[in-house]
Amino acid sequence: MGKPRTIIEKIWRAHAIHENDRGETLLFVDRHYLEEASVFAFEDLRQAKRPVRRPDLTYAVADHLVPTRGRPAGPSDPELSDVLARMRRYTSESGVEMYDQDDPRQGIIHVIAPELGLSLPGAVIACGDSHTATHGALGALALSIGASEATHVLATQSLWQSAQPTLRLTVEGALPPGTVAKDLMLTIIARIGNAGAVGHIVEYAGSAIRGLSMEGRMTLCNMSAEAGARAGLIAPDQTTFDYVAARPHAPKGDAWRAALAHWRELPSDEGAAFDKEIRLDAGDVAPRVTWGTSPEESAPVDGHVPALDEAADADQQQRLQAALDYMGLEPGMAVSGIKVDRVFIGSCTNSRIEDLRAAAEVAASGKAVIPVMVVPGSGSVKRQAEAEGLDRIFLSAGFEWLDAGCSMCVGMNGDRVAPGQRCASTSNRNFVGRQGPGARTHLMSPAMAAGAALHGRITDIRKG
Amino acid sequence: MQRFEKLTAPAAPIDEKNIDTDQLAPARFLMNSRADGYAQYLFHDRRFDAEGKEKTDFILNQAPFRAARIVVADDNFGSGSSREHAVWALVDYGIRAVIAPSFGPILFVNSLKNGLLPLVIDAEIAADLRRQLHAAPGSEIAIDLERQEVTGPDGARHIFEIAPAHRHRLLEGLDDIDLTLAHADKITEFEKRHAASCGWLF
Repeated sequence: MGKPRTIIEKIWRAHAIHENDRGETLLFVDRHYLEEASVFAFEDLRQAKRPVRRPDLTYAVADHLVPTRGRPAGPSDPELSDVLARMRRYTSESGVEMYDQDDPRQGIIHVIAPELGLSLPGAVIACGDSHTATHGALGALALSIGASEATHVLATQSLWQSAQPTLRLTVEGALPPGTVAKDLMLTIIARIGNAGAVGHIVEYAGSAIRGLSMEGRMTLCNMSAEAGARAGLIAPDQTTFDYVAARPHAPKGDAWRAALAHWRELPSDEGAAFDKEIRLDAGDVAPRVTWGTSPEESAPVDGHVPALDEAADADQQQRLQAALDYMGLEPGMAVSGIKVDRVFIGSCTNSRIEDLRAAAEVAASGKAVIPVMVVPGSGSVKRQAEAEGLDRIFLSAGFEWLDAGCSMCVGMNGDRVAPGQRCASTSNRNFVGRQGPGARTHLMSPAMAAGAALHGRITDIRKG
Repeated sequence: MQRFEKLTAPAAPIDEKNIDTDQLAPARFLMNSRADGYAQYLFHDRRFDAEGKEKTDFILNQAPFRAARIVVADDNFGSGSSREHAVWALVDYGIRAVIAPSFGPILFVNSLKNGLLPLVIDAEIAADLRRQLHAAPGSEIAIDLERQEVTGPDGARHIFEIAPAHRHRLLEGLDDIDLTLAHADKITEFEKRHAASCGWLF
């Protein structure tokens, strides 16, 4: 018996090409995903006249810039359509597959790559997007990189990584009725803070995590960056294997059996040491809503916005006041009842079929009193939702039913929240100006967002 | 990439924690041409009002701080989106080092790739440096990367830690890709082994 190892060490060791004398490991990248912002990486590569080393392991998608209305046509903004045209040219010239705006498989990269079976347990995955940890839900080590690193991966299919500290976040118990993975993750971030996992690779463990569906696990891992983590993952189990089996790119036959044998060895060994351990109980999770301008600033829906005297010191009080001024909220006010102007249901955090089912269940009981956009995460999610009749529920409740993309989470395609408007959003960031200059974002689960749509106010959906 | 060895320059304090990359470079500018530079997008919505006029209350718009080449920040600087544009905006504006107790991990790596030193220092020292900069706007901070030493306006010297690999890369201004391609044989060998042991991936 060797020294017990974490899943992170196992994946790391299996991908180490070389170690230098300065403590860095050159890690092989099994899958490299590109979105539109990777156009700069591609241009750097071409300028240096370097080829793409492994076009067969590189996949591109149009997700940030595509319109959510009027598809399959592309962006009407000529600058945005030029970016897509460049991506199209570079990928086709280098033999990289691109899921373009008119492709039935198109969608947000963090939704379609698991869906297509591209993201697999034990793989090292890199993408120039901070929500790459999503793929950790499958038991992969999924790294968010910048443009320079993306150029490096295009040229070498590898990444230099310094050893990263590890953190095991164990959540035991069962989530109370009316709460989902989003509420759990917002609770975790509120508890440990935006920088609570800073620089760490996180393994989420415990009965509450194992009890989550794959969609829920993806929501959870997706927001690892919001706790400062370098990556986040969940050991693969039967739930993972059932999800991966029979996906278009998943291994088949003998390859599947060999993969399965390998994947069953991935979970952290008994007694494996992490640099840091945090334990939480799922039992006290409630539907959660952010009130501030950072994902850690959230409260249970039946709670309240902090009062100024709850701040630890004058410094913190000033920060609290600044956040509340931007958000247009009063210190100490109840979260439930805050008036909202519009709703966004979508993003790589919450646009999968389970998310849409949860939103539709609430939507079925009323009519929207404010504008609501429902943006499925992929063409495939959209078709599945339509097969289940969810589109009809949304449409008859007055919700807009749109085409797949990142949309109003980040507003790069023009789907923006107007200055001063308040948006109930299922996305992952409530930063100042994130959904548009002056936009005010309240993060919450899909069911809670649908509830806000029916009442025009933040509402505790547990109270029917 | 520009090398980083020593720098003595005016510094600006930014007191807030969690300065995210949406603040550093708002999303709507991310598709703009790199050739035009990103200096004007740095803290765009904090620096300029809706008409494009400078907001006088923002620190980089105040005379002594305009010339800052160093920023002293608080925890979790550059959290959020992976956009390297945030680093391009800082570098194009003229910032060569950011001193903070902690950084968003992606911005940290992106900084190293662009010759921007992300200098991690104890929270209390960072707070003290910010206080000094507020008290004497325009004063300078000196950084010596070789010696891993930062000197505040008051002349007090502080040793900082940096991973040897990161220090080496900044000191040498190395092109990572060239460095890696020196190991091209090892990558090829690895690819063969990996395809044999994990064939289902390919």
